[in-house]
Amino acid sequence: MSYISLSDTDKREMLERAGAASPEDFFQGIPEDFRLGRTLDVPDGLTEPELLVFMENLASKSDYGRCLSFLGAGAYRHVIPTVVETLSSRGEFLTPYTPYQPEVSQGTLQVIFEYQTLICQLTGMDIANASLYDGASAAAEAVLMASRVNGRPKILLPRSLHPHYRRVIETYTRNTDLELLEAGYGDDGRLDLRDLESKIDDRTTAVLIQSPNYFGVVEDLEAVSGLAHARKALTVAVAAEAVSLGLLEAPGRLGADIAAGEGQSFGLPLGFGGPYLGFLGCSRDFLRQLPGRLAGMTDDAEGRRGFVLTLSTREQHIRREKATSNICTNQAWCALRAAIFLETMGHDGLRELAAQNIHKARYALETLSAIPGVGPRFSGRAFNEFVLRLPKSWEAVDKGLRSRNILAGVGLEKDFPELKDCLLVNVTEAHSRADIDRLASSLREVLR
Amino acid sequence: MKREPLIFEVSDKGKRAFRLPKLDVPSGKDAWQGYPLRESIEGFPQVSEIEVVRHYTRLSQWNHAVDIGFYPLGSCTMKYNPKVNERAAALPGFSGVHPQAPGEYAQGCLEVIKRTEELLGEITGMDAFTLQPAAGAHGELVGMMLIRAALADRGDPRRLVLIPDSAHGTNPSSAHLCGYRVREIKSDDSGRVDMADLEKAMTPEVAALMVTNPNTLGVFETNIKKIAAVVHSRGGFLYMDGANMNALCGICRPGEMDVDVIHLNLHKTFSTPHGGGGPGAGPVGVKKALEAYLPGPAVARREGRLVLVEDRPKSIGRVSGFYGNFLVVVKALAYILALGAEGLKEMSEVAVLNANYIRKSLEGLYHLKYRTPTLHECVFSDKLQKEHGVSNLDIAKRLIDYGVHPPTMSFPLIVPGALMIEPTETEPRRELDVFIEAMRSIAREAKESPELLKSAPHVSPVRRLNETAAARNPVLRWIGEGKEPSRG
Repeated sequence: MSYISLSDTDKREMLERAGAASPEDFFQGIPEDFRLGRTLDVPDGLTEPELLVFMENLASKSDYGRCLSFLGAGAYRHVIPTVVETLSSRGEFLTPYTPYQPEVSQGTLQVIFEYQTLICQLTGMDIANASLYDGASAAAEAVLMASRVNGRPKILLPRSLHPHYRRVIETYTRNTDLELLEAGYGDDGRLDLRDLESKIDDRTTAVLIQSPNYFGVVEDLEAVSGLAHARKALTVAVAAEAVSLGLLEAPGRLGADIAAGEGQSFGLPLGFGGPYLGFLGCSRDFLRQLPGRLAGMTDDAEGRRGFVLTLSTREQHIRREKATSNICTNQAWCALRAAIFLETMGHDGLRELAAQNIHKARYALETLSAIPGVGPRFSGRAFNEFVLRLPKSWEAVDKGLRSRNILAGVGLEKDFPELKDCLLVNVTEAHSRADIDRLASSLREVLR
Repeated sequence: MKREPLIFEVSDKGKRAFRLPKLDVPSGKDAWQGYPLRESIEGFPQVSEIEVVRHYTRLSQWNHAVDIGFYPLGSCTMKYNPKVNERAAALPGFSGVHPQAPGEYAQGCLEVIKRTEELLGEITGMDAFTLQPAAGAHGELVGMMLIRAALADRGDPRRLVLIPDSAHGTNPSSAHLCGYRVREIKSDDSGRVDMADLEKAMTPEVAALMVTNPNTLGVFETNIKKIAAVVHSRGGFLYMDGANMNALCGICRPGEMDVDVIHLNLHKTFSTPHGGGGPGAGPVGVKKALEAYLPGPAVARREGRLVLVEDRPKSIGRVSGFYGNFLVVVKALAYILALGAEGLKEMSEVAVLNANYIRKSLEGLYHLKYRTPTLHECVFSDKLQKEHGVSNLDIAKRLIDYGVHPPTMSFPLIVPGALMIEPTETEPRRELDVFIEAMRSIAREAKESPELLKSAPHVSPVRRLNETAAARNPVLRWIGEGKEPSRG
């Protein structure tokens, strides 16, 4: 299938106008010695029906859809209201470029402005940018930003941080002078405050704290920021499950200076990991250090309100190597979906969504814990995920559950050797009571 | 035109646009004990469903988009985004698969990744690809990290990266983020890399040259193999920014130009929609010598199945939470498969034809700083119009009145007052002619009635916006009526 719009006459006449006998003439500047000289080894083109058959066949090879899944760990299955799909698939939202020409991009720009506002409201931050790639890169950008703010050389990461986030932070900071230190967790699954305190000093740029943490446990952000601030270090609050912000106190009100996270839960499908949505907000004091695009309000020549991309002197296209980040293309369309999702859920809907997640996870934990030998690994309060301790090897249990078409969770031993035979179970509003009961009865059978 | 309120301005307590099913589990005693709860989300909207639908439908109508009309942004490759690709990406076997699913449960997804890597390898002549980078700049960062890791393995990561003065701003920014200082390489009179300057600058301190080919003027770097030889002879790597790959598919391959690392922009060359600024995807391809350093996990074929290989001791590590913008990759794969080998070549041929048609049609009316033949784009400037006090910004804003999106402005930096035009292969001739006619009229207007241009646009939803005021006094969020907006 060709998407080219020229007729044979068009081609002939246009070649003539351009002073060429054939398209070949345009490529004369490319030396012969590395011209391809053959046809690419790519299959013949497909028509739309053929392409759909091919893609449907490929998609059907993913057995995941046949399973009852409790996988979470950084990506969550939530309800997506129909209007999110309907509105975001409009060509006027899907097919424009970055809104560099504001007079013909007011739609995208106002959406970004609303998105920035929604993120500020949820996180309690003064300002938020127009999006970053995903939660992990947002956490990494937050770390780099903190080090630009106070220039100190050490950053404290909790052991209970999402291991992928840690690895992305490691990659991003490898070629800087930043040193990464780790603070452990206690029996409640929360950051060990004593360990943290012993590791913070005057050379600490920031303490990063994920809440709910990788184990699903809600952290004491206030206590952590208190310790950080006592040494004039910053607090970076990270949320991998942003629905929690609907019910839990905003990080900004608990002392966080920078808030970053993953917005996938706001209307984005699981999509085998992307595209997702990195969000980043901060205190207005750090505005000049904030990476990424920003939409701002202004007036037009007739005094009407309008929106533009602004403060681009922070960005690579103006500042080149002195920019706050190299980011250019971001996740604008994902931010649009998040804005539609959040405005559709609304104040009461988002709170109820968060509440249902807590209730369902609680019910699941209690039901599963009734099985002999099974119980919570941590005593702390969970949002919609928890670590379950098993009386048998996780591999054997996983195998048994898989044979019953259940993916019960993410085994933790690979990333946390100390959590042998523990798994991370996620339950959201999208799981019914019957789903949870099926998991419990199947686990009971497998353990028998 | 009617002002569209912010959603917060139409919000009122008690309105709902969505309801969840009733909770089907017991909520439990003391359910909230021990949680740091918030009382409310201050200012958060409460609207009905029709209000959301009208709000976004009206806002959408204030955008220009590829689906509406010509979008000749140079270096951005705003081609048509086939609708069937959206349908493919929405298939539950792709969109519904959890990224933590064991590889055995995600064979379809892994096959999308593997096949796309292989096809991109064939199109570019590179040995291995990673699809983890989420955008072009992300790919640049990864590419430079690979080079740094390989050099560090040799014992010295070196200190400098060379970048032509015509390069995109992300190049120096990505090199900097990778711990390098940047030295600019001059362009010669033809707009290409100045070989003498390169010879002089290419010292043993230099880790890499980052070159865009065809460069941002649309000019092919004819000396690319000589450039590679200079860089390689002093132990450096050649990085190619593949943003302009739309000119080369089926014609020649970066791998055969002795390029060591390349990033592609799937949202440019391979037609995935730009979405108002993203998401894109920035795959990175490398030669064998750099393969071991690619981000993990990698997808490999083992006994007829696809597996995720995590154990990669030399890898630079992860750069994305999971596998990058996977659903974007699905759309790009669909585009490649729809076009096939012949279609890919025709894509580049017609992209170049359309650009040269525009160039020939506007030569003489607008100044062309570099007369060198160009491929998929051409860069005019406002030099002739400046004589009448008209700038490229005025020309751009006036184009909006003609229903055409302006070209890329003021870039590359080596052309003052640049207007960079890239039509892509999918535009109908009629649209090209409308644009050409508009540009001709504007050239006339610049002489006869420059004021008309300076006050443009006249027919857009808003008139020219005050960007200076926006930056001087930043209002970056809605606060509430009667309250002081947030000031930066």
